Amino acid sequence: MTFHFEILGTWGPFILEGLWVVLGLSLVSAFIGVAIGLVCAFLKKKKIIGTFLSFYIDFFRGTPVFVQLYFVYFGLPALMGLAVDKWWVSIIVFGLNSGAYLAEIMRAGIEGIDKGQIEAAKALGVMQKDIIKDIILPQAIRSILPAIINEFIALTKETSVVSVLGINDLMKRYSFVVAKTYSPFEPLLMIMVTYYILNKILSFIGSMIERKLKYD
Amino acid sequence: MIKVEHLYKDYSESIKVLKDVSFTFEDGKTYAIIGSSGGGKSTFIRCLNMLEVPTGGVIEVDGEIINQGKVNLSKVREKMGMVFQNFNLFDHMDAKKNVAYALMKVKKMSEKEAYEKAIRGLENVGLGHRVDSYPHQLSGGEKQRVAIARALAMEPEVLLCDEPTSALDPEMTTEVLKVLKNLSHTGLTMIVVTHEMNFAKEVADYILYMDKGEIAECSTPEEFFSHAKTERARQFVANML
Repeated sequence: MTFHFEILGTWGPFILEGLWVVLGLSLVSAFIGVAIGLVCAFLKKKKIIGTFLSFYIDFFRGTPVFVQLYFVYFGLPALMGLAVDKWWVSIIVFGLNSGAYLAEIMRAGIEGIDKGQIEAAKALGVMQKDIIKDIILPQAIRSILPAIINEFIALTKETSVVSVLGINDLMKRYSFVVAKTYSPFEPLLMIMVTYYILNKILSFIGSMIERKLKYD
Repeated sequence: MIKVEHLYKDYSESIKVLKDVSFTFEDGKTYAIIGSSGGGKSTFIRCLNMLEVPTGGVIEVDGEIINQGKVNLSKVREKMGMVFQNFNLFDHMDAKKNVAYALMKVKKMSEKEAYEKAIRGLENVGLGHRVDSYPHQLSGGEKQRVAIARALAMEPEVLLCDEPTSALDPEMTTEVLKVLKNLSHTGLTMIVVTHEMNFAKEVADYILYMDKGEIAECSTPEEFFSHAKTERARQFVANML
């Protein structure tokens, strides 16, 4: 058993450049996801649009993101005979996917607010907009924050499948390097550690915000 | 003065909670609303500040009809404090902010003014040492006293109390009732839904006995507990003792 960590000296920076892909894709998808999630959380109770949204959420949570990606990149374009951009496909699929998960998380957070507190605020003469801003949102955000951080962590990890579309993320760069060096162990270990540190930072930021919102 | 005329509240065809309730609450008096569970007591008191929207009838507060047309409910509710069975404190705010919050948002007081007033209010209910505590750090009785201070800080004309001691154990019940008893001498109009017969007997000017969605009887405590006018009220008293 011999290690060849020296190849990381040559190829390490090349692989790490894929981190920008992970960060960019995760960030944009998370942003889209939060927007979709919020809208769904508030509209899901509405009759017609609610049924549609429930179906969307169910569908995206019920199928693997890997298959969704293939379906939108290969399946749909073949059927309709048009070319699609792999970046757009990735952003749309991951945005819709995390939106579906976040919608459920946010809905639970908003519904979880004690109705009594809302009544108490009303009884004091507080306006609806202040009730949402000062009573509902601070408590909802606090209760769903761990779940949201979880979802973001899952998202950054899942973006690693975009390598199958030929997007130059960490894993795509890995297959390039392994073809040159025939050493899979060292680059893979590096990629694992990279993802691990990335998500460690993410959960650290999460717990920092959590501590800031803490009152018990 | 709160004047209620022919008030109805239905939740459905078959669930009618209030059936033609009419009553006038006079200023400065203390009213105890009593009766068996499911008689409509809570629904009735919650209609008075429109937390529950009646299906029919009229509610008039100081001459203004509050359940028809365009009404500034915030303004009406400012005049009517409310204390709930489950306290309903804002969990993410400490005791002084619970009291100060509406002073700033609704009464537009400065932060400094609001907090000073909040702390005075908490001192008045014996919680001067608890102003920095969060609701989860307080006992049930303390929470309810914060809730009372919160309602009183707005200087309401009327205090509505919906079973203020039902979620408390006996010793905490005593501390809360003591606070309410002191308030009854201050000229505040108090409407208290309660199961505490001794409180009703000692503190209330009038007892409203509600049964099956109606006010079956309104008497003074002496009358009510010794010789109630209606058979069902006599039955209720007999079961209580």
